[in-house]
Amino acid sequence: MEAFLQQIFSGLANGGIYASVALALVMIYQSTHHINFAQGEMATFSTFIAWALMQAGWPYWAAFFVTIAISFAGGLLIQRIILKPVEKAPVLTNVIVFIGLLVIFNALAGWIFEHTIKAFPSPFPKDTILQTRYFNAHDFGSIGVMLCVLMALYAFLRFTPVGLAMRAAAQNPDSARLVGIRVSWMLAMGWGLAAAIGAVAGMMIAPVVYLDPNMMSGILLYGFAAALLGGIDNPWGAVIGGFIVGVLENLLGAYVIGTELKLTVALVLIVGTLTLKPNGLFGKVVVTRV
Amino acid sequence: MPKLLEVSKLCASYGATQVLYDVDFSLEAGHITAILGANGAGKTTTLRALCQTVRTSGSIQFEGQQLVGKATESVVRLGVAHVPDGRGTFTALSVEENLRLGAYARKDRAGVAADLEKMYQRFPRLKERRHQQAGTLSGGEQQMLAISRALMLSPRLLLLDEPSFGLAPLIVAEIFRIMRTINQEDKVSMLLVEQNASLALDLADHAYLLETGRVALSGPSAKIKSDESVRRAYLGY
Amino acid sequence: MNNADRKWLWIWGAVVLVALVVLPFLVKNYRVFQFNLVLVYAIAVLGLNVLTGYNGQISLGHGAFYAIGAYVAAVLMDRAGIPYWATLPVAGLVCFVLGFLMGFPALRLEGHYLALATFALALAVPQLLKFKKIEGWTGGVQGIVLNKPDPPFTFSLFGQPLNPDRWLYFFTLLVAVIMFLLAWNLLRGRVGRALIAIRDHPIAATAMGINLPMFKSLTFGVSAAFTGVAGALGAVVVAFVSPDSFTVFLSITFLVGVVIGGLASIPGAIFGAIFIQFVPNIADQISKSAPWAIYGVFLIGFMYLMPTGVMGMIHTVRARLRRGAARPSGQR
Repeated sequence: MEAFLQQIFSGLANGGIYASVALALVMIYQSTHHINFAQGEMATFSTFIAWALMQAGWPYWAAFFVTIAISFAGGLLIQRIILKPVEKAPVLTNVIVFIGLLVIFNALAGWIFEHTIKAFPSPFPKDTILQTRYFNAHDFGSIGVMLCVLMALYAFLRFTPVGLAMRAAAQNPDSARLVGIRVSWMLAMGWGLAAAIGAVAGMMIAPVVYLDPNMMSGILLYGFAAALLGGIDNPWGAVIGGFIVGVLENLLGAYVIGTELKLTVALVLIVGTLTLKPNGLFGKVVVTRV
Repeated sequence: MPKLLEVSKLCASYGATQVLYDVDFSLEAGHITAILGANGAGKTTTLRALCQTVRTSGSIQFEGQQLVGKATESVVRLGVAHVPDGRGTFTALSVEENLRLGAYARKDRAGVAADLEKMYQRFPRLKERRHQQAGTLSGGEQQMLAISRALMLSPRLLLLDEPSFGLAPLIVAEIFRIMRTINQEDKVSMLLVEQNASLALDLADHAYLLETGRVALSGPSAKIKSDESVRRAYLGY
Repeated sequence: MNNADRKWLWIWGAVVLVALVVLPFLVKNYRVFQFNLVLVYAIAVLGLNVLTGYNGQISLGHGAFYAIGAYVAAVLMDRAGIPYWATLPVAGLVCFVLGFLMGFPALRLEGHYLALATFALALAVPQLLKFKKIEGWTGGVQGIVLNKPDPPFTFSLFGQPLNPDRWLYFFTLLVAVIMFLLAWNLLRGRVGRALIAIRDHPIAATAMGINLPMFKSLTFGVSAAFTGVAGALGAVVVAFVSPDSFTVFLSITFLVGVVIGGLASIPGAIFGAIFIQFVPNIADQISKSAPWAIYGVFLIGFMYLMPTGVMGMIHTVRARLRRGAARPSGQR
């Protein structure tokens, strides 16, 4: 019984990470109706930046917040400079551009920071009050961080004028322009926020799986599965989806399939969701007029 | 008195298809001007050209500023509010969020709060539904919401695209009555596109008639209304 | 086409034919091997183009079908002693069935969602291939080593013998020609138009009586079959299969080949294959340490400058030349 609970709690902790990645994906999808295939690599790159700062002597939380700021700026600039020219292009062109970004970030990370696996510190060390019977300190801490991020994002979108403008620009860019919203900048901000959230996810998972350029590819897939499960246009759904995926992954891995086929599990989840409930558990059904 | 809006040699196209050919018209401050014409004449395109949401060439002078080549957002921030055809409501947001978005470009928070109250007084039905999702409102209520949202900008020029479209006659009458009030009390100049010519001519001071992208006729609306041959030939009644 | 044009076509055709036959004897073995891969990739890219270019279904998972085709061929050759040429139809059939089955969940998916689902397929298959329980068949992480087939007869030109690589060159060329002819025949008539109709106006296509689900699933199946045959051929050419040869990057590479070559274009597959085979080498020369970064830059640059691919650019240039030659009368 205790082992079972361990699996569940550990799954929840991983789920928090998947939820962050899913959140980042939903943010970009909501504002641009595109899925950012490069999300994982961008998050890994951000984590490397944090690592480099700490190697240079910076304290953890300073590196943490500066990395978030850098990631936000980076995401914003990527949208403005690289994605804006293909904004109106067909889906396939955008997919290729995202893939180009994926490949570039992956290669750059390997080139600048090398492929050797690195340890990444956790801000929640084991010998504190946070270490409980079922959760280790880091799991607990990372869920906490994730929830803070979610709260902050929710508050921003719901209660601030800029957040409202972002939602409006995502839903109806033409009408948004007619009230004076600079829609392009809203898109760029969406990307900045997604990059920042991705950075947080990377920094929370790195202590667990160790840092190397390919850290996020499996996690990205789980993030996708979570975002789809929750409904690709629903941030709350993304979070809940993340926790569900985390727990399922652990339980299936421990009791059903073994740890070797985890990615296949993700595949089945994704295909299953898309086939059976394409709008996810919580998404809205969108009816398009002929 | 200098004109509020002066348009000359305006051409507009959707991609390779040209829709407006050398259109000239002007609007005096405080007036209501109507643009009439059949389906496909280019009326909606004219309003879109003013907002720079289609590709245009020519000259659009608004209070002395050239609008051609500006981004839509910048045109709006100069004081031009557009109620598009189809209303353009943010259907997933609440009524109040829609109204607040109308004032997004404004910096005077006190003024915005005061205007919000004024909208609710003028349209009590909107106040009742202020936290309701805008997409669930009836057609007439959405039109009122769309007009109010545009007014929240505190614009000097209000563009309206077929406000009567799809609405029952009673609601339309109410809306047109409110538009006259807005024009007289708030001194908002209006450019009105309408297929329903008689309604438009009753409200407007001046009218232009478009035919396949060109101005075929213009004049004070009283004169057009009274000229039977013109009415029969161009306006169908 | 008049007689003069026909004559030129025959002459050019003969020249190309002679060039193709002589080519492998003029260059070193490694180049021949690269040409073989170009032909193999061309078939794979063609298969993907049928699905993505003509029918608008984006697949980031065709590397999986390539891998399955390759493993089918490898297992049949290594474990069952089946001759290399006989493995191709089997690989094609297996992949057709799998692709057809994949087509059903794909029916509900558009654009990004489908790309996503197929991306998952591409990520999952290498892991699946390493699965310990089927190691007896697949050779696990080490994969399966094969022997390149000996040419059935001896032959020499310009002092170079007909060795396995050169023999395989002719074999792959033959298979490529057959596959391209098959595709051309399939796509030029009603089927081709139906595919494009489904891509551009699915609702209208249904209204006109096209059985959308059947067509889309069949297209998936055919596309997978082509890529599966390419995979089998690739296994023969490279004489080695292992799970790590078929990562998600392979799927990405095929899609890149389709877009670079030009959507909905049969000759475009050749340009695409040339790009994906040789540009990584060029990228490698530009930057030893981060060649994929350069590759990514190339990709993005291509999307800015030539979004319709090489064939699209050729068509645009041709159309401009034609428009320039004939001045339209009665211009405003």
